[in-house]
Amino acid sequence: MKQYLLAVHTDFSAPVDPAEMQDAFAAVEAFNKEVMDKNVWIFGGGLCPPASSTVVRPEGKDVVHVDGPYAETKEVLGGFWIIRAADLDAALAWAKKAALACKNPVEVRPFQDEE
Amino acid sequence: MPASAADIARVFREESGRATAILIRHFGDIDVAEEAVQEAFVTATRHWADHGLPPHPGGWITTTAKRWAIDRLRREHKRDAKEGVATALLDIARDENDHPMHALPDDRLPLFFTCCHPALARPAQVALTLRLLGGLTTPEIARAFLVEEPTMAQRLVRAKKKIKQAGIPYRVPDIEELPARVEAVLGVVYLVFNEGHTASSGDDLVRHDLCDEGVRLARVLALLLPDEPEVLGLLALLLLIDARRDARRDPSGRLVLLADQDRARWDLSQVAEGHAIVRRCLSINRPGRYQLQAAIQAVHTDAADAASTDWHQIVQLYDQLLTVDAGPVVRLNRAVAVAERDGAQAGLDALAPLPLAHYAPYWVARAELCRRLDRPDEARAAYDEALARSENQVERAHLTRRRQSLPRPH
Repeated sequence: MKQYLLAVHTDFSAPVDPAEMQDAFAAVEAFNKEVMDKNVWIFGGGLCPPASSTVVRPEGKDVVHVDGPYAETKEVLGGFWIIRAADLDAALAWAKKAALACKNPVEVRPFQDEE
Repeated sequence: MPASAADIARVFREESGRATAILIRHFGDIDVAEEAVQEAFVTATRHWADHGLPPHPGGWITTTAKRWAIDRLRREHKRDAKEGVATALLDIARDENDHPMHALPDDRLPLFFTCCHPALARPAQVALTLRLLGGLTTPEIARAFLVEEPTMAQRLVRAKKKIKQAGIPYRVPDIEELPARVEAVLGVVYLVFNEGHTASSGDDLVRHDLCDEGVRLARVLALLLPDEPEVLGLLALLLLIDARRDARRDPSGRLVLLADQDRARWDLSQVAEGHAIVRRCLSINRPGRYQLQAAIQAVHTDAADAASTDWHQIVQLYDQLLTVDAGPVVRLNRAVAVAERDGAQAGLDALAPLPLAHYAPYWVARAELCRRLDRPDEARAAYDEALARSENQVERAHLTRRRQSLPRPH
């Protein structure tokens, strides 16, 4: 079995429609239950907005702390799942369900195989 | 009788895709399969040049390639290749005992789906299909698409790496996914043929290698998916367009339009084959975009001369095509047919609202209709727009002649 990251691209600055958000929450919850029931789930969760992030950057032998996200882009990582799937087709089928549930684009990326 | 270089090249085109597919199934590794088949042909070239072609060249190539791959994988002690080596050895033993060499399995269908997987960009799909299933070399593919060889090599390396890393499977998709995936494969084959038929740039009107390869790939697909009407439709479409290949140029290399072509120069056996397939599609009665386009071509090739073309039927078929593809290019082609049926002004009216100002054929159609309506100034301007958007030298020469033959401005 391969492992895939399903990364949700979110624009935190976009206006939110409460009813739509409620909808997405319910759908994501149902999706989570399904991936757990089918033993596809490895890990997953939603992230706080990028303003809450701190970047720890190596500098020489020490590090510096930077307040805020690593890259200033509109679409950022809003949450993710890590799943196991036989191949990309299986992973894409889960990603389709995930994207329709959370109403955001979902990027599918394979983990490096353990050699 | 020793085999000529041309014989060997022909065998390579016919057999390499099949051998590559079998090797990929055994070893699960595209690079190993490609290299093994390449090596087998190097050996074959030496051997056959002296001893002549074996009775079943495909079987010979496949067995030789398997042996080479097994040797290499053993040398490299690849752990995960063990299983492939074992099944390949069994296969070779079976080939040599009771399994007749010519009854090779055909593993090309799953390979088509791998090469044309929607997770790969279209240019990568095309390059992979030509490389792995068509047996074209990287320099040949680069030449065909007028890109630099290193660019094409890199495109192929990247695509193969993605297949491996992302885990793009090597199998026929599930039934619910199949129609969309078949459509992707057909799109790639159509694109290969189309690029050959109306080379988008360059000195030659047609790139014969890509036309041949497009027809050949469509034939293979029709063999592998004999009950898919759209697969048959694509084959019929390509056969009917390709049948007119030689008639599209006069002896001096100038472009000859359909209406002016010498129909005796059409490949009549290819026309007959195309018509037979169109009739079969009609009896299946599950129309789709390729079948409808093939039917339109069949109406053209059915006419004894351009004047007896049944434009009513062609417009009707375009109307049907619009229900599956309402894109502007289909509407452009329909407008041209409407002009033939109802007159140039009706055609021009149908053309006017189309958002195709970037597309040379739009301007060509406009220029020809304005010419018929005795509006030479507008026609001249439209030829200029078309010339500004065409990079094919034969087409440009044709348009320049047409422009010059307009009556002089007052």
